Amino acid sequence: MQKSLHINPELCTGCVQCELACSYDNEGVFNPSKSRIKVFKFHDEGRFVPYTCTQCSDAWCQQACPVDAITLDAATGAKVVNDATCVGCKVCTIACPFGTVNYNADTGKVIKCDLCGGDPECAKACPTDAITFIDANWTGLGKMRDWAMKTDAGAQAGA
Amino acid sequence: MAWTEKILRVDLTKGTCTDEALNMEWADQYLGQRGLATKYIVEETDPKVDPLSPDNMMIFATGPLTGTCTSTAGRYSVITKGALTGAIACSNSGGFFGNELKNAGYDMVIFQGASKKPVYLMIENGDCQLLDAAAHWGTSCWDTEESIKANHGDPMIRVASIGVSGEVGVKFACVVNDIDRAAGRSGVGTVMGSKNLKAVAVRGTLGVAVKDGDRLWEAAAAGKKVLADNAVTGQGLPAFGTQVLMNVINETGALPTRNHTGSQFEDAHAISAEAMAEPRASDGKPNLITNAACFGCTIACQRVSSVDRTHFSVKDRPEYQKASGGLEYEAAWALGAATGVNDLDALTFANFICNEQGFDPISFGATLGAAMEMFEKGIIGTNETGGVELKFGNAEALCAMAELTGKGEGFGAELGLGSKLLCEKYGHPELSMSVKGQEFPAYDSRGIQGMGLTYATSNRGACHLRSYTVASEVLGIPVKTDPLETEGKAGLVMAFQDATAAFDSAGVCIFTTFAWSAEDLAPQVDAACRGEWSAERLVETGERIWNMERQYNNAAGFTSADDNLPARLTTEAATSGPAEGKINGLAKMLPEYYEARGWTPDGVPTNETAQRLGL
Amino acid sequence: MNYVIIGAGPAGVVAAETLRKNDPEGDITMISGEGASPYSRMAIPYFLTGKIEESGTHLRKAKDHYDSNSIKVIAENVSKVDTKKSTVTLSNGDSVSYDKLLIASGATPVKPPVPGLDRVGVHHCWTLEDAHNIVKHAVKGSDVVLMGAGFIGCIILESLLARGVNLTVVEAEDRMVPRMMNQIGGTMIKDWCIAKGANVLTSTRATSVDEADGKLAVTVDSGDVIPADLVVVATGVKSNTDFLDGTDIKMEDGILIDDHFRTNVDNVYAAGDCAKGREFNSDGWAVHAIQPTATEHGRIAAVNMTGGDCGQYRGSLSMNVLDTAGLVTASFGQWEGVGGDGVETVDKDNFRYMRLEFDKDDMLVGALSLGRTDQVGCIRGLIQARKPMGKWKARLLEDPNRIAEAYVGLSQ
Repeated sequence: MQKSLHINPELCTGCVQCELACSYDNEGVFNPSKSRIKVFKFHDEGRFVPYTCTQCSDAWCQQACPVDAITLDAATGAKVVNDATCVGCKVCTIACPFGTVNYNADTGKVIKCDLCGGDPECAKACPTDAITFIDANWTGLGKMRDWAMKTDAGAQAGA
Repeated sequence: MAWTEKILRVDLTKGTCTDEALNMEWADQYLGQRGLATKYIVEETDPKVDPLSPDNMMIFATGPLTGTCTSTAGRYSVITKGALTGAIACSNSGGFFGNELKNAGYDMVIFQGASKKPVYLMIENGDCQLLDAAAHWGTSCWDTEESIKANHGDPMIRVASIGVSGEVGVKFACVVNDIDRAAGRSGVGTVMGSKNLKAVAVRGTLGVAVKDGDRLWEAAAAGKKVLADNAVTGQGLPAFGTQVLMNVINETGALPTRNHTGSQFEDAHAISAEAMAEPRASDGKPNLITNAACFGCTIACQRVSSVDRTHFSVKDRPEYQKASGGLEYEAAWALGAATGVNDLDALTFANFICNEQGFDPISFGATLGAAMEMFEKGIIGTNETGGVELKFGNAEALCAMAELTGKGEGFGAELGLGSKLLCEKYGHPELSMSVKGQEFPAYDSRGIQGMGLTYATSNRGACHLRSYTVASEVLGIPVKTDPLETEGKAGLVMAFQDATAAFDSAGVCIFTTFAWSAEDLAPQVDAACRGEWSAERLVETGERIWNMERQYNNAAGFTSADDNLPARLTTEAATSGPAEGKINGLAKMLPEYYEARGWTPDGVPTNETAQRLGL
Repeated sequence: MNYVIIGAGPAGVVAAETLRKNDPEGDITMISGEGASPYSRMAIPYFLTGKIEESGTHLRKAKDHYDSNSIKVIAENVSKVDTKKSTVTLSNGDSVSYDKLLIASGATPVKPPVPGLDRVGVHHCWTLEDAHNIVKHAVKGSDVVLMGAGFIGCIILESLLARGVNLTVVEAEDRMVPRMMNQIGGTMIKDWCIAKGANVLTSTRATSVDEADGKLAVTVDSGDVIPADLVVVATGVKSNTDFLDGTDIKMEDGILIDDHFRTNVDNVYAAGDCAKGREFNSDGWAVHAIQPTATEHGRIAAVNMTGGDCGQYRGSLSMNVLDTAGLVTASFGQWEGVGGDGVETVDKDNFRYMRLEFDKDDMLVGALSLGRTDQVGCIRGLIQARKPMGKWKARLLEDPNRIAEAYVGLSQ
């Protein structure tokens, strides 16, 4: 059974330990701005929402990449950016309707969540279990997928 | 590594921004933030300077751990000579500003001089500009933060600003970041206002590197586990916030009530954490919406609250019906017990106004309590208060005065003097419940003896955050001591003072000390910072910082006579609860403390002490 | 089933792969006019700067990708299509018959009516071959004139500057990327490019390209003459459909297709830059000539060709992302506005700009962004979700940069 990141905003306190873990693992320094997961804060409502790639099966980023730099990691289900192949054209950053593929001007490449090869650091760092890594069919990604279907230009059903 | 080793010097008189190297020799001795910034002030300014003159320096400083994965390590402090106290001031704030400053490439920003016209400082990854703040002057911290973000087109910009209170010279104005986090005490916002500096806006995406990231990761994880397993930091604070203390301290008989005329509040429950969680009549929702965390904090003690939409304070004012920073214990005490007001929504609203216009709810509530006592005694009347019946328990008066003080209008301008000047003005200095001009926080030192010594000797005036002996005397951390006893409190206060100075200077939150000792912090500092950092070195660094602050205050003109408490606490016995019949035994504790410190009987560090600490 | 695809760009390649996925047994032939290794034009700028080798431009990296998927690639041009006989004639005279045909022949650059564009040293920047020519002539210190500051011109602008040439950009319209950016945004890009060392002449037309003193000389309508070692023409593209002359396939500025990507002729489909398909969020049909639309077209067309059902096609969203020497800009949908509310924030000093357009039902229909790279995809998500923005509309009218917050707030 493949696992997915399960996010429960109700449990999130907004501490961004997930962003620290992600950026340290990927960049070797503590730098939330380079994190692949981002906590959105709705101050007026007292709500915090950790937000990252759902590794959607439709993978607009993968389909839009002109040089085949985003590929499927069959073991984890993650869509992974191959740095050596990515030319930094940023087409994936506008194609992904979730906004979870971002351009890193320092490297000239795009960055996105790759599930850390199957052991996501964000989930391990979360002090409140707002982010867990569990069997895919238990996750509440439905909400995001519902939105994905709205985004879709009518193409996914048969593809 | 850990430090960016770069500071920004802003000369507001000349309008210049200059990068300079951090003095790493000082960093080795004073760590960062509180300690290191104070060192710069000691070295570069005249301690007799008028806090509001351009010659007073103001520093925004991070610690070496700020911005790292260590739990709670997002903090910064504003260090200056305090407008309220005339003593060294260091006001610490959480939220997300400190880590942003570090990520922008700076350990600290030094402000000197004063601008001719209102400006704000914009820092973006090492690019620094002083920009015209004419459009922001006269607006609140909330509006300033929102409009700076919108004008620069980046919602991720972090802003620390002053409200109108800081512009108009309210003596206890603070610096507010992230809407409801504040460098709150001693009038650091007043100093900022005197420099015509409206805000500091920061965007940083450079990252924070440390000496040994993997080792820090391990040490930080161990530290987080200690916090999670501790009853206070793992359960009490996340669930109830600091407000968990309201009923506890009331039962201890140490909840100062109605300007310290009593030490128990009969309506404490109505303004407690438990009350914040109870569904209210109008909409069935509780005052408390959720808890929340500052940057990197695995405790998450922050309260997010809303005021009942039908409450008189926010009716037809939708801007105050939203969720925002809820009551912490000290604010709830000052706005509630100190004024005798038992209306939780009124307290929450007044707290919103403190955040919106940037002034310290502790000093404000305590000053209002003093004014209420003067009103009840007939020393002031409705002529002075603009027609307001300033009686204890008047919730409408609390809300109205909060709004007036935020803008420095009407009687709010007088409250903005702080209790010391206000009570002196009306001929009753004995009614000011303060030390070195700063109002007490929420612990009656007749019921918790160690806090009397804490307040009297605090380098920034009366304060609980310089040595929180409540932990030991009430909660039994690290060991239980008798709150009604003075025996042993000198050593206890000293140990807490030194440890706190080290924790502050490292860049972590003082609340970690409910669970952490220096033994827990040291491995994290050691993994992050150059050199070797043991628990002993941390505590010694704390002691060095404490003594340096003391020397500054002595040079500024303070003497042992200022290490004192209002007569009410040392001559009028508590009238109820466990402390009934007790006064504070400062006279016994203070000489013991001086001796333990290695100070002369006049409270001056001896040459031997100074030499031992490298001062 | 015997499928034939004309064109081996993104639309053709994605279509071939989708056909294979949905019909494991069918014969699939893809005809490539530019060699046996299908490549991406999007990657050409990076080839020009030397960031990647030629192989880095290839659409698929595995050497045996097409073989292993039993996709036959023929490297030939198509000279003619006979829809009556269901055959495609190649330029070498061979004939290929089909059961179902997908025309994904892309676009081809157009030359403006300027005398002298046939001279040696004048090149398009469209094919890999063009790129090789440019690499040869755009050497450090050489004078280069770029005719046209549209999207194609702008994506190679950075590579030309990076090669250290003296660059002059000549654009007939009053701003850069006029079809992607409004006056404010286009002017900010111009200011940026000038700061980066390019000489940018907007509202300027080239009137002739001549030779003088062994160099080219570009005369513009002001009368100025700009010397050039190399002239790059990037003044637009048109659908590549000349080989369909004589067929009954209906065309305007592109091949007309229905919501199932069928042309008016049985068993003939079209996709990508050569096709005029339904446009999202407008009642119209349009040739987009952008990468995301090409792959989306290719995929849906292939599903339809194998008898699958994608439901009602909601149309492709026009969007572009551009990096002009480090300044990243993006445009989405109907950024010109449709008569609803609009909002913008402009920070010229720091090169930041954001514009949002709403329709009368408070849905987001278009956006421009400049100087921002984080979470821009959310703009697409918000436009295509077609949901009223509720309370977020008022917040965005106050600060349009909170677009990602709006997306997460509405969706989570």
